[in-house]
Amino acid sequence: MIALEPYLDLIISVVYVVGIVLFLSLFALFATWLERKVAGHIQDRLGPMETGGWHGWLQPIADAIKLLIKEDIIPAAADKKLFKLAPYLVFIGSLAGFAVLPFAANLIGSDLNIGVYYVIAVTSLVVIGILMAGWASNNKWSMYGAMRSAAQMISYEIPVALSLLIPVMMAGTMSMVEIVDNQAGGFWNWYVFRTMPFSLIAFVIYFWASLAEVNRAPFDLPEAESELVAGYFTEYSGIRWAMFFLAEYGDMFVVSAIAATVFLGGWYAPFPFLDIIPGPIWFIGKTAFLVFVQMWLRWTLPRLRVDQLMYVCWKIFLPFSFANLLLVGLWVVLKG
Amino acid sequence: METFFFILFAVVAIFSGLMVILKKNPIASVMFLILALFATAALYVMLMAPFMAAIQIIVYAGAIMVLFLFVVMLLNLSKIQEGGVSALKIIGALVAGGIMVAIAVVVRSIAIPADSGFLRELPAEYGTVESIGRSMFITYLLPFEIASFLLLAAIIGAVVLAKKKLE
Repeated sequence: MIALEPYLDLIISVVYVVGIVLFLSLFALFATWLERKVAGHIQDRLGPMETGGWHGWLQPIADAIKLLIKEDIIPAAADKKLFKLAPYLVFIGSLAGFAVLPFAANLIGSDLNIGVYYVIAVTSLVVIGILMAGWASNNKWSMYGAMRSAAQMISYEIPVALSLLIPVMMAGTMSMVEIVDNQAGGFWNWYVFRTMPFSLIAFVIYFWASLAEVNRAPFDLPEAESELVAGYFTEYSGIRWAMFFLAEYGDMFVVSAIAATVFLGGWYAPFPFLDIIPGPIWFIGKTAFLVFVQMWLRWTLPRLRVDQLMYVCWKIFLPFSFANLLLVGLWVVLKG
Repeated sequence: METFFFILFAVVAIFSGLMVILKKNPIASVMFLILALFATAALYVMLMAPFMAAIQIIVYAGAIMVLFLFVVMLLNLSKIQEGGVSALKIIGALVAGGIMVAIAVVVRSIAIPADSGFLRELPAEYGTVESIGRSMFITYLLPFEIASFLLLAAIIGAVVLAKKKLE
């Protein structure tokens, strides 16, 4: 038996990362099934019903196998190295966000002192991966999609960051665990309901801007299939396309989990007596609900135009975020 | 363990820094610059400055490098042509190499005294957001405000220049 003590931290980290990747894959499988079901029911259909018997529950597994055995095509004119690298970069950007998500008080990758800020920083990586994919594909649809995506994600990062600052200011810390701990004891202590209506506005702005951050409808211009085929991943197939897909669902989970953490009380129950139900269930439940709302919006609202997209960001979200920031700052100072 | 990670990230930073100037394809150069900035951010983390590391990633890797990529893509630069060896290049290489040697000699000759503050224990809150915020908004408030004023002037200037018609 080798002495494991010095490597214990490393081993725990590796186990945690493997666990997170497994969790992300399972979540993505479940979310693709849910997305089809939600889309179906909103459009007055049933969605997948055949595969596996009960409500087509095996459909995602069948889809995954189909993706894995598909031919992996690399266009002749593509920049091969960047083309191969891009989907993994996008996936890493999404996976890195999981490091600071507090599933429970003790179940967190690392309770960084800069938790909230770290998430904003690592998710900005996704932009580079997307630009890389669009450029390396050597295809005009891919390039247009990548350009749109970069413009959109960089613009919407600002309202996202500004509205995340509101709970950070109220808590006086950026650490995820401390922010959640400050919301203990019932839903009236959640940051979304404190300092009404400012924090509620911040939550709404965050939620909408985060939809743009993850390129979901009504902000899915980068992959608008009616004009751009599939945007930056037009040329991708097989496992690399699956990586983009996984990253998209991972991003949906991360942005929803951040909202659940900083606005909706993280792992705490809405009523103190419900705290007997373990924290991770509440955390994942709240996050899953927000993911459901994202799907609901996707299948309800039409896509925005590019000019409307920029209008919403710079002329509506940004001024409201700034006013919000000032007013909450005043509130924090007055309250001492 | 710490030494291992330091060597890992230092080697990555130096290697990708070299690749930035050695690669013929401008896009590949930008990609290696991003990698170099990442390795530097990792070194910041090891220096107990996670906030600086996050800033490094969000500002450089996240924003400025995207701008670089945009510019390179829009200009549609082809591969840089090889110009052959000229006298200017040899002089440039000699000057750069000489400066590097000089810096290395000077750095190696500096002995850090034990009471200089470089070697003492770090305070518990070193490198946290709180301590950076405190020194920025209390101790160094005036330089901070001047810097933000300069940036504001630059932003307004950029908007004015970008406007086609001024009323």
